[in-house]
Amino acid sequence: MSDTPSITRADVAHLASLARIDLPPESLDHYAEQLAVILGAVAQVAEVAADDIPPMSHPLPLVNVFRTDEVRPSLTSDEALSGAPSVESDRFRVPRILDEA
Amino acid sequence: MSTAITEPVVPYDEVIAEFDPVLGLEVHVELGTATKMFCGCPTEFGAEPNTQTCPTCLGLPGSLPVVNAIGVESAIRIGLALNCSIAEWCRFARKNYFYPDMPKNFQTSQYDEPICFNGYLDVEVETDDGMRTFRVEIERAHMEEDTGKTSHQGGATGRIHGADYSLVDYNRAGIPLIEIVTKPITGTGKYAPEVAKAYVTALREILRGLGVSDVKMEQGSLRCDANVSLRPSPESPLGTRTETKNVNSLRSVERSVRYEMTRQAAILRAGNKVMQETRHWHEDTGVTTSGRPKSDADDYRYFPEPDLVPIAPSREWVEQLRAALPENPSVLRARVQTAWGISDFEMMAVVKAGALELVAATVAAGADQAAARKWWVGEVTRIANERGVELVDLPITPVDIARVEAMVGAGALNDKLARQVIEAVLAGEGSPDDVVATRGLAVVSDDGPLLEAIDAALAEAPDVAEKILSGKLAAAGAIVGAVMKATRGQADAARVRELLLERLGVAE
Amino acid sequence: MSDLIRLTAAETAAAVASGAASAVEVAQAHLDRISEVDERVHAFLHVDTDGALAAAAAVDSARAAGATLSPLAGVPLALKDVMTQKGIPTTCGSRILEGWRPPYDSTVTARLKAAGVVILGKTNMDEFAMGSSTEHSAYGPTHNPWDLDRIPGGSGGGSAAAVAAFEAPLAIGTDTGGSIRQPAAVTGTVGVKPTYGAVSRYGLVALASSLDQAGPCARTVLDAALLHATIAGHDPLDSTSFDGPVPDVVGAALRADVQGMRIGVVKELSGEGYQAGVQQRFDEAVALLTGMGAEVVEVSCPNFPYALAAYYLILPSECSSNLAKFDGMRFGLRVGEDDGDPSVEQVMGRTRAAGFGAEAIRRIMLGTYALSAGYYDAYYGQAQKVRTLIARDFAAAFEQVDVLISPTAPTTAFKLGEKLDDPLAMYLNDVATIPANLAGIPGMSLPAGLAPEDCLPVGLQIMAPAMADDRLYNVGAALEAALLSNWGRPILQEAPSL
Repeated sequence: MSDTPSITRADVAHLASLARIDLPPESLDHYAEQLAVILGAVAQVAEVAADDIPPMSHPLPLVNVFRTDEVRPSLTSDEALSGAPSVESDRFRVPRILDEA
Repeated sequence: MSTAITEPVVPYDEVIAEFDPVLGLEVHVELGTATKMFCGCPTEFGAEPNTQTCPTCLGLPGSLPVVNAIGVESAIRIGLALNCSIAEWCRFARKNYFYPDMPKNFQTSQYDEPICFNGYLDVEVETDDGMRTFRVEIERAHMEEDTGKTSHQGGATGRIHGADYSLVDYNRAGIPLIEIVTKPITGTGKYAPEVAKAYVTALREILRGLGVSDVKMEQGSLRCDANVSLRPSPESPLGTRTETKNVNSLRSVERSVRYEMTRQAAILRAGNKVMQETRHWHEDTGVTTSGRPKSDADDYRYFPEPDLVPIAPSREWVEQLRAALPENPSVLRARVQTAWGISDFEMMAVVKAGALELVAATVAAGADQAAARKWWVGEVTRIANERGVELVDLPITPVDIARVEAMVGAGALNDKLARQVIEAVLAGEGSPDDVVATRGLAVVSDDGPLLEAIDAALAEAPDVAEKILSGKLAAAGAIVGAVMKATRGQADAARVRELLLERLGVAE
Repeated sequence: MSDLIRLTAAETAAAVASGAASAVEVAQAHLDRISEVDERVHAFLHVDTDGALAAAAAVDSARAAGATLSPLAGVPLALKDVMTQKGIPTTCGSRILEGWRPPYDSTVTARLKAAGVVILGKTNMDEFAMGSSTEHSAYGPTHNPWDLDRIPGGSGGGSAAAVAAFEAPLAIGTDTGGSIRQPAAVTGTVGVKPTYGAVSRYGLVALASSLDQAGPCARTVLDAALLHATIAGHDPLDSTSFDGPVPDVVGAALRADVQGMRIGVVKELSGEGYQAGVQQRFDEAVALLTGMGAEVVEVSCPNFPYALAAYYLILPSECSSNLAKFDGMRFGLRVGEDDGDPSVEQVMGRTRAAGFGAEAIRRIMLGTYALSAGYYDAYYGQAQKVRTLIARDFAAAFEQVDVLISPTAPTTAFKLGEKLDDPLAMYLNDVATIPANLAGIPGMSLPAGLAPEDCLPVGLQIMAPAMADDRLYNVGAALEAALLSNWGRPILQEAPSL
């Protein structure tokens, strides 16, 4: 891949939206530039001939790690809620949700 | 309050005449394991909010998942019962999206490597030409985790729209789910709604038989999303589908599919396009309303879950599980039908009522199969329908029915009294013996009171006695009726007739 | 008192066990040292004075009661702020976790406590472990004790600096692409990334789940071995944790014998881009090893030039997912709730924009891109294949040699601010350390001397096959002894006084 992939302002806005980060509009161009440069460097991986090479998702050759179906102590609700920015009726209070999942 | 706008629909028979329906059913099963899928928190229903969480199911920084062995075992058993192939090697994957009920803002699920795939389930549906078997092909069954529960505050309906804020309880987050997805179900024609219902019914039966879940649709341990699309003919390419959620009963499965077909037909007839979206079923009004636009391009950015290692079920383990599977329900049905010596029609009545296990258990408790069937398919089903509940949810058991039958057999109850006892048990008055004792419903077995009642009845109607004596035995019925009335039904009618004829010195 | 801080961990443990010094005295000496120097070094984000003294007192009581003490009982330690410690602020160097006190200990923390190690506090780091200089901390950088105008390395600059500044004889770091080893190199200390899976990740706030590993930071190889032995071992709470015996790293450190060992110099990790003084000290160390009876050969790992690119695709991808949980709903920072009538989506967006620094945001977006539909195969998918090739290069190399060596980092400590505007230049600091993380094999950095041109520490990296962590300690200890013999005194004694 010889061309540096281009990242536009709109691309950055889209990525930021997928990643739920409200970037200030004035930062979009700067991020676009930086991401394009980084992407250009990492796109180098395409130069490696790897068609019949299996991808490696886990460094250790472990399989079948399970636990038994036995109850273990939970946190108390106080502990669970201890870091919460907002609590009501022992539940996490969150701002209004717009869409169904 | 569901939307006031009513969308146009096309009468069902016209829908069938013009279009070919294609279905897709996605069923989520909440497993009845003791602990969650990736941590040791308990799964008990109804606990105080956020008392069944830990760093893992709360998604706290630094936490890690560990797979529940029974979750995997259940997934394999479900796959085997659905004639699936079991993967030799598969991984979990992260499905990435943001939502407040998801502690990690990704769901640990499976993507292109489901643990079970390529199965089928044969379902039987009553058609104009008799019973027909439809084979529903199953694409996959995979493991994933449930989300927390949000409750929306401040709005009028408790639903999302119009709410001011929400409260989240993560007790349910991480509970194991198995998602079962069918391949497109074609060739059902006008029976699409029935096939959909039959599939979910049969699936539920299998799951209950496996003991992996309590499969209660109203409680959410069995959830169904119905995908429906229409096309001009079976040779046409697939049409645009909608996905309908909030289908909380078997009845809703059938009704929602039927409704969607009629709604989509109206759109297509008008020359418009069906919008690909998620819709919400309303059981009370019998319609679906628009949810959010569904996009196949929802970018979940799936990648293999690095915190969990692959699952490679050995073939030995899979065969062990297969060997220990309970009898397939359709095999069980055939066997039982032969054992009871009943017709297809009689068998179908039992199956349709969802009473097979209950009848069999009643027989096992000592009752005659015909009597067991009579009660379950008849009286008890009638009451279940009245109350809008499933048979299993009624407060009467096979042992109860068997007991009632035993009392009838012993002459302690007659048919009418038996019915009263059963109704009383269903009303929560206690066991059959309790009811009989409390209400004093026993058949009068002492001849004395019967003879008194007979004499009284004869005195009231002297002309009847003459008719009987002159050979019109049918007239005896009036006296018997009067005696039954006088004894509030607690007489054995046959015995009354016997005594009456004896009294009059008339031979049968 | 000041002598206590100059002891190694092994010496400190012996002093406490023998009663020559109480654990409380030792803890206090180090707390005093922190008070004295940390305003300038800024290694610590939080000092837990009460907790440390209480833990030390508990060790003294146990000793008085005749209990057998663990090998590191009473030894003070600095904990990288990426590890959870119950009830103690854990920020991961980020604004988004400001003030968060976890309700649980990481397994590493729990094991340290059980061993009677005295945790002094939490150390500074690049935000969420992303960086090579600790300049991406939301709480200001840490300063290299060798030259306060220079970086201490990253992401674990705080842990390395604390050890180098004698604020603690031991520290815990985490290493995803070199974050233990590179700071060790530029601060003249020892740092080890164990085999992936050797040390539990439960309670290690994840950056890249398939690359992260916690490990020891110390001033001597033996000290690092003692700490390694304390924290390593299977953890049922971590599915990726190796279930097998921990190699005898302490025994190996004591053995310190390279006679007959085959040592490979990685051809691709030298030459252009490597500072002259760094290369020189490395070459001298090679000569020492040969002199001690090791057979040193050159080994080629032809896919290593692609390791950086693969890493900077895999890490951002995994981290974009791992950092999604920081949304202001359940813990940590929440902003923007009172502005207008925002939806939850908006509050999440505002919180994350306010709480994450630029480097974190860059990597999250890069990862989001790499995993996107249509790009997955070319980027993330391809990077995972390159990863396989890197692992194969190592496997092939380890057929020929017992360990591999290279300079740990291409340069000595650069000045604060020097590489901040050039992310790619910053990433190049990890070019020699990244391959080990991709393959999951263990690596150690130990001091190889000072570069003549700037009198700043140079690190030498040793790498061994997976699960053969003991080889690192054996070779490391042997080299350390030989170097010490040449220098006449430990390298840290050359550091300017603070």
